[in-house]
Amino acid sequence: MSTDTATAVAPKKESLFSKKNRRLLTDPLDDSNPITVQVLGICSALAITVQVQQAVIMSLAVLFVMIGGNVIISLMRNIIPDRIRIIVQLVVIASLVIIVDEVLKAYSPDISEKLSVFVGLIITNCIIMGRLEAFALGNKPGPSMLDAIGNAMGYAWILLAVALVREVFGSGAISFPGMGQVKFLPESWFMANGGFYENNNLMILPPMALVTVGVIIWIQRARNRSLIEEN
Amino acid sequence: MEYLSLFVKGIFVENMIFAYFLGMCSYLAVSKTVKTAVGLGFAVIFVLGITVPINYLLENFVLKEGALTWLSPEYATVDLSFLSFIMFIAVIASMVQLVEMIVEKFAPALYGALGIFLPLIAVNCSILGGALFMQERQYPSIGEATVFGLGSGVGWLLAIVAIAAIREKIRYSNIPDPLKGLGITFILTGLMGMAFMAFMGIEI
Repeated sequence: MSTDTATAVAPKKESLFSKKNRRLLTDPLDDSNPITVQVLGICSALAITVQVQQAVIMSLAVLFVMIGGNVIISLMRNIIPDRIRIIVQLVVIASLVIIVDEVLKAYSPDISEKLSVFVGLIITNCIIMGRLEAFALGNKPGPSMLDAIGNAMGYAWILLAVALVREVFGSGAISFPGMGQVKFLPESWFMANGGFYENNNLMILPPMALVTVGVIIWIQRARNRSLIEEN
Repeated sequence: MEYLSLFVKGIFVENMIFAYFLGMCSYLAVSKTVKTAVGLGFAVIFVLGITVPINYLLENFVLKEGALTWLSPEYATVDLSFLSFIMFIAVIASMVQLVEMIVEKFAPALYGALGIFLPLIAVNCSILGGALFMQERQYPSIGEATVFGLGSGVGWLLAIVAIAAIREKIRYSNIPDPLKGLGITFILTGLMGMAFMAFMGIEI
């Protein structure tokens, strides 16, 4: 669906990749990152970062729902009455999430099981509602789509970074959709086999997700000091 | 006794914030002062206590496979569970609206306290999360579903009030500049989560 819209919009609007629109794509990666700066979509970012493969699937799901939601709402922005716009947005998002959920259940039931309620919770993922409210309601479909892609990418890289840290240190492995979990440390290194290494099980537990995101925020703001808060 | 165990489990062991990170957005945004945190916390308890039982009825009498047999035995194979997301969110959004109107009419003082938070709650993930956990865990009766909803709400209130109190104090501490605000809140929540892990496995 998303690619259809892209080809439909691009020819008639030549400045789709103008400088201003390109900033829509690149800004959310750093300066206005949805997770670390706008503080949107934290719940899912923390909960499904135990393994990289879950994070990849979740990012793809959010990318799809965001593009779909932003484009649809942007197309309807002039006919949605202001007072019921939240309900309209929820219905559009919920329908898209149902599609994602059914596809996941059909093609990778084990991952669908691991994500459990968090696929459904994409509906109330504030990143989607937030971008609909802040951008799609006031802009044309083309820029709205770029905004959706940019923000989904900003969300995705934080998710992948957190998942990479947690999985590498927590399970000593990296997993990827379609490959399963790849252990890269030799078995003889582990203490159970007389070696010296032990996985840090704390990394798999929920609190370390919060600390990892906190440290990412710390690093980002130390590099980009304009983001520092007053207190 | 079973109800008490479920209630305590919802507050401490399976705390919405520390174990599942549900409702983090409003947790981070509205935890700058204790007063507003208490207001939002009570609004969440209120809405969870109402929507979880309603969604429980919806799940067991409309959506689940074979749930429609009370209408006519020929519907025994009808499975509408793919509609559950859209039904749950519709119930939550309309209940929040309804609650807001009722509270405004009959308890203006409460409305003054909760008013601005009620619309926020429709998109608080802990509410939809409560409904989805209720669906996943298949509680045997509506009483248990309600107790689970209330317990989760109380746990959420506890978490947001605790972090708000810490944030009020930490304003006077000497924190590295880049960590101020959001960063330190994340790390604090992580530390509180570790403390809450001590409750793991408690049975009453």
